[in-house]
Amino acid sequence: MVTVSTTTHTAQDLTAQARDVLGVSRLTNHALTSWLHGLPGVDQVGCEARAASLGTRSIKTTSKAWAIDTAIGMIDLTTLEGSDTVGKVRSLCAKALVPDPLDPTTPRPAAICVYGDMVATAKAALGDSGIHVAAVATAFPSGRASMPVKLADTRDAVEAGADEIDMVIDRGAFLSGDYLTVFNQIAEVKQACGTAHLKVIMETGELVTYDNVRRASYLSMLAGGDFIKTSTGKVQPAATLPVTLIMLEAVRDWRDLTGSQVGVKPAGGIKTTKDAIKYLVMVSEIAGDDWLAPEWFRFGASSLLNDLILQRQKLATGAYSGADYVTID
Amino acid sequence: MSRLDVRKTYKLYIGGAFPRSESGRSYEVVSASGEFLANAAMGSRKDVRDAVVAARGALAKWSGATAYNRGQVLYRVAEVLEGRRAQFVEEVAASEGLSVRAAGAVVDAAVDRLVWYAGWTDKIAQVLGNLNPVAGPFFNVSAPEPTGVVGVLAPQGSSLLGLVSVVAPVIASGNTAVVVSSAARPLPAVTFSEVLATSDVPGGVVNIVTAQTAEVATWLAAHRDVNAIDLTGVAGAEGVDWAALEAEAAGNLKRVYRPTLADGAPVEPDWNADPGLGRIRAFVETKTVWHPKGL
Repeated sequence: MVTVSTTTHTAQDLTAQARDVLGVSRLTNHALTSWLHGLPGVDQVGCEARAASLGTRSIKTTSKAWAIDTAIGMIDLTTLEGSDTVGKVRSLCAKALVPDPLDPTTPRPAAICVYGDMVATAKAALGDSGIHVAAVATAFPSGRASMPVKLADTRDAVEAGADEIDMVIDRGAFLSGDYLTVFNQIAEVKQACGTAHLKVIMETGELVTYDNVRRASYLSMLAGGDFIKTSTGKVQPAATLPVTLIMLEAVRDWRDLTGSQVGVKPAGGIKTTKDAIKYLVMVSEIAGDDWLAPEWFRFGASSLLNDLILQRQKLATGAYSGADYVTID
Repeated sequence: MSRLDVRKTYKLYIGGAFPRSESGRSYEVVSASGEFLANAAMGSRKDVRDAVVAARGALAKWSGATAYNRGQVLYRVAEVLEGRRAQFVEEVAASEGLSVRAAGAVVDAAVDRLVWYAGWTDKIAQVLGNLNPVAGPFFNVSAPEPTGVVGVLAPQGSSLLGLVSVVAPVIASGNTAVVVSSAARPLPAVTFSEVLATSDVPGGVVNIVTAQTAEVATWLAAHRDVNAIDLTGVAGAEGVDWAALEAEAAGNLKRVYRPTLADGAPVEPDWNADPGLGRIRAFVETKTVWHPKGL
């Protein structure tokens, strides 16, 4: 069971908090620019080397079993296709409820992630299981729509019962240096979320530099995001270890700075148990064990769950398992 | 001034590529008379696992190819193998302790065996399939289909002719193979993988792991994503209990091709004998279709 904060924020509250963090009397584009550009630059070579070295840890036996179960519990089981049907969403929910019919001790994923119009379907299928429904909103995946449309998209999903909202930032505004617009949009969407958790998708594959990833992370946290998420999964590259490392550093430093904890969600391209374990190692080493829980770290994935189940079966039976022993999805 | 020897360290053949063993291990391969020949990669259970993944990935395309096309590809393998005849003769002679003339006969027989199975690919259905007589207005058709991913323990003694004789019938019908080569005589298998890589065989259709048979055979036999296993190579392999392997294989109801037995003990078959259809038949499944007869 995942708990969700129930505090609601108005956009004015968030602006006032941001002014305090920045130490300015008026939140302007200039103030945001000088703050974000005053963040230390990312050492690209060092960051990639650190991420690669953390990926070489050997996690075996009981640690591996723990890591697999933890990773399953952190999955946002996702289907975000134009071809999604009610039936497909229902079958995905059935999979979340019983991930491995051969082994009832298999933990359940944290949430189902769908488009806004499928929220009611998912909600009905999941019932009171405690599995959350996350909806992508704000003209996912491009984010290219007017603000009233984005807000309506968000409210629609929340009214349908979404526990979590995954929004995309306006990368065009971010890249052209219009940070205030990005801030205001996140803050307004946060307000529209009400009690629902807000995950802010930065689409790091479009942000070009690691410095921009760091700036977008801070901007998203400043504007009230409960989670910062790497990617939509529609753009390559999606989640990578170095980008996630920068985001984990950001949430760690943000908690030191403001006292509030923000979660991290890498999404897209994480397909194997080996990948997932590398991320868990990084969470523990960079952010700390406080983040090793579904409340603070998630995987946006679909095929990852099957691979984790196969590895789980391998640990249980001692023989390598195969695709015949998991559901097709 | 004498020239330095180019000492070779060979690698595995998995998914059309030549990776080192995940374990980083290799072992010395010596000739029948005990001289150093080369280093071979010592494959581990994880290499076998990777090979199964590659074989599973290659299955849809290979089993979906036309039988005619598979025949052409197998014939191409025979052509390329013959083109490297001199190298094979040298390796077979050294590995098996044969004279050059005898090794030449072995290589020729291996080429002929490939051509023979190449000819069979588009005739399997005619011979193993049937139009069954039924008491009703239906066509009732039985047709052979490939079993899937087949684990092959290649013979320990006959390092080329034996190898070709167990691999060709598996892939002729559209299966993909994970082959554990002869442990003591892996060099012809390594060169054969180079032949496969340079003919038109898609990557992953045949994967060759040079390894200690006893170490990896259990993992292959127990692997849930392997549909059949050929135990021919248990004959002469140290520390391998073929009955135990068959018991492991029962975990997912694998098809098991038993080794040839003499007085209850596995022995290597006579590779020069007429191969017959037994090995093809062992790795196909019969699908029967009822189709209503129109007027």
